[in-house]
Amino acid sequence: MSAPPARDATQRRASALVLDRVTRRYAGNADPSVDAVSLSVAPGELVALVGASGSGKTTTLRIAAGYEIPDSGRVMLTDESGATRDITHESPQRRGFGMVFQHYALFPHMNVESNVAFGLEARGVGKRERLERARDALAGVGLGEKAGRQVQALSGGEQQRVALARALVISPRVLLLDEPLSNLDPTLRQTMRDELRATLRRSGVTALFVTHDQEDAFAVADRIAMLSRGRLLQVGTPEELYHSPTTREVAEFVGRASLLPAEQMSDGVWVTVGRVSLAAPARVAGEPASAANARDLVAVLRPESLALVDDDEQPAWEGRVVGRRFAGGHNVYQVRLESGATVEVMGNGFGAPEGEVVRVRLSGQPLAVVPA
Amino acid sequence: MMRAARLRRPPGGWAVAWTAFLLLALLLWSVVYPNAAIIVGSFERGLGDWRDFMASPADREALYGTVVVSIGSVIGALLVGVPLAFLLTRTEFRGRRVLSGVATLPAALPPLVGVLAFLFLYGESGVVTRAVQHVLGLKEAPWTFTGLSAVIFVHAYTMYVYVFLFVSAGLERYDTTLDEAAAGLGASRALALRRVTLPLLTPSLAGAMVLVFMSALGSFSAPYIFGGGARVLATQILVSKLNGALGLAYVETTVLAVTAVIALLVLRRLQGSRRYTVAGKGRATRATLRSRVTRVLLPPLAIALVVLLVLPHAMVILVSFARDGAWTTQVLPPEYTLDNYRRLGTEASLWRPITNSVSMSAIATAANALVCFAIAYVVVLTRAPGKRAIALLAQLPWAIPATAIALGLAATFDRNDPAELRVLLVGTFWILPLAYFIRNIPLVTSAVEGSLRQMDPTLEDAARGLGASRWLALRRVVLPAARPGLVAGTMLAGVAAVGEFVASVVLYTHANRPISVEILSQIRNTAFGTAAAYSVLLIVLVLIITVGARWLEGRFIAGEGVPSANQSQ
Repeated sequence: MSAPPARDATQRRASALVLDRVTRRYAGNADPSVDAVSLSVAPGELVALVGASGSGKTTTLRIAAGYEIPDSGRVMLTDESGATRDITHESPQRRGFGMVFQHYALFPHMNVESNVAFGLEARGVGKRERLERARDALAGVGLGEKAGRQVQALSGGEQQRVALARALVISPRVLLLDEPLSNLDPTLRQTMRDELRATLRRSGVTALFVTHDQEDAFAVADRIAMLSRGRLLQVGTPEELYHSPTTREVAEFVGRASLLPAEQMSDGVWVTVGRVSLAAPARVAGEPASAANARDLVAVLRPESLALVDDDEQPAWEGRVVGRRFAGGHNVYQVRLESGATVEVMGNGFGAPEGEVVRVRLSGQPLAVVPA
Repeated sequence: MMRAARLRRPPGGWAVAWTAFLLLALLLWSVVYPNAAIIVGSFERGLGDWRDFMASPADREALYGTVVVSIGSVIGALLVGVPLAFLLTRTEFRGRRVLSGVATLPAALPPLVGVLAFLFLYGESGVVTRAVQHVLGLKEAPWTFTGLSAVIFVHAYTMYVYVFLFVSAGLERYDTTLDEAAAGLGASRALALRRVTLPLLTPSLAGAMVLVFMSALGSFSAPYIFGGGARVLATQILVSKLNGALGLAYVETTVLAVTAVIALLVLRRLQGSRRYTVAGKGRATRATLRSRVTRVLLPPLAIALVVLLVLPHAMVILVSFARDGAWTTQVLPPEYTLDNYRRLGTEASLWRPITNSVSMSAIATAANALVCFAIAYVVVLTRAPGKRAIALLAQLPWAIPATAIALGLAATFDRNDPAELRVLLVGTFWILPLAYFIRNIPLVTSAVEGSLRQMDPTLEDAARGLGASRWLALRRVVLPAARPGLVAGTMLAGVAAVGEFVASVVLYTHANRPISVEILSQIRNTAFGTAAAYSVLLIVLVLIITVGARWLEGRFIAGEGVPSANQSQ
């Protein structure tokens, strides 16, 4: 078996990865784990696969890595030479990808530098050179002085960085990361997110990473692909997913949202609570609503789509403050409306104690409307 | 903390200290003393016996044979056990379930019975031998199943089970994402196996190698029956003893025991130095074999393996119905009868070994349960003085081949001499239960210790803090915690004792001969049918003990209202 050549990071062109309608069905499960998922990752792009557990995101990643072979569909790679080929059935050994596993899968019987050097060892790089490059890679993730340590003596964050260095030192065509941040404690997680993005950006590698945490995805990814029950719901930049979700699931998963029944008219979206209907411009994603399905729509109300008002000149919804949280610079209020629905409202400078009756109005920002 | 006031009270209290003292005394007397007597006995004529040993070509050959058999058995067991473990834990193919069901069968044969089965199958007049001869139209048997290679074959056939079980367990715990990581980094299968998988399986492999090496080193029945002209130390000891060269037998025993202890220490070091905790969840992936060649070849291969593994049991059962003396040159026994079984029940001299084996193993095992529970309790849960020595001595019989233990007992308890703490046991009923008891101390102690170590040690303190006496805490807290290990260990000890052969053949008298020794003498009289009937009976006894222990454990669990997996099915 010929190992993929170790390439020089400086003069390498990033590769592109395309999943074309890949489907994977496990014996005994009625529904496919991954159902006709198509996704492309451009050279140097960082794409996050998000979704709840069981949504098929890890299986999709394992198909990209070659640990799973899809029942149908293709995996295509455009490599550094610019040639595109079908790698659906190519073994992981030959793909030349890097992978960071959820539990890092560091070899417990090797020290830190031997772990990092292992991929170079597999490529037949001489001992002296591979250790040198491993130490460089470790320095790149800020672990230069830990090269001789046993991996078991490292903290979780350090292990994560060793796993990253091990995957990057082979100059992978594509870097795949399976929940790389999920094993870290919350404080460390914040820091590691920024470091991860910085490291990936610096290396210029094409990367696909799986996370169940939307904040991870927002902080690291250029684009986000959301999966649910094996299907790809939407792909887009974080802004697109936040402001223009195409389905209710995406709207609920990405950011905070209150969903209220809505009607779409020619002049915008009308959201009715009790007897009061309020209108806002619509940011319609997907197919425009027709008269037939107009009743089955919900408006996606982000906290900043709503505002608390103290005048009673214009129509507004009345509600009672049932909770509030401080969101750095402003309060977000949970307001229980007359209809029984609870919405989150950004409280720009507005002070209201819990239990107080307040008036809520649409802030005028365009609203996303999705099928109910 | 109150040190001055308690100055004279030993840690843990007087009751524990006395128990520890008694256990230590018992172990010194039954384990250390006989073995020390052997070593001392080997110098009774100065260095004379050692010089004889060095000069004797037979002994040099025996030492060589022992080393060859031990190493060969380890290699053979690894060659069979490792691939089988990988195949059955890592892959999915038709027939896998059946094969894993029978993969441990060879270990279920009592030692002598296994050897007997091989004799019936592959010996000069064995069924397989005759069948091959018949099919090929040969004048003579296609092979002579004797010598060191035959012994190694038999050992590999029966002892691969240790390797299989250890490596399977290691693979179950193994985090397969490590292999995926290696593959993803570009490593070929061979490199991943060499640099990642095997190094991480080293503790399992070393553990299994210790067991195989020690078993092969002390193995007696296979070399005794298949050795032919080849010698090993374990059998040579008996030869020297029967020839009246006791001093030489002592030297041989010392050499064998020392070899065993050195091997144990070396392999333990290997085992201990390579132990890692593998973090993370292992994905239990069973690869479905994709390649057409393996898909076509594996099922028939699996069937062949199953047949090969079931054959010994089937053969013993078949021969147990063969009329004694009628089976001469035919491939299969020509005449069948129930007489063999009928005679076991009706003839007093044939019934005697059965009552002997049952009563001697019952006595020994009961003593094991009591003493080993006490040892484990003192070692795990108390700070009694001398507990380290107790723990060490309790493991010692494991390192000493059974022949050596038996000879030690024969050398020590051959006369009444209160001044030297000697009691006359040789030639009495009690020598065999004592031998069984000593051999099984490590087994039962380890099992109980395992259970007690899983118990939260503060539980006993909690019970005593609630006002329970030490006795009540022992009965209501410690004993229930120890029970799984106690039941399992006692069961295994019972199984080992009821079929014990190696120590028995050195120490038995006509009056207390156990089943295994009777099987041997029936074979010598070419009464194969009777020998096989005894063997089947022995297998049935083993089954009764195993099923009985499971039932007992199930009843305990049911009695405490804890739902057991078995009941819900």
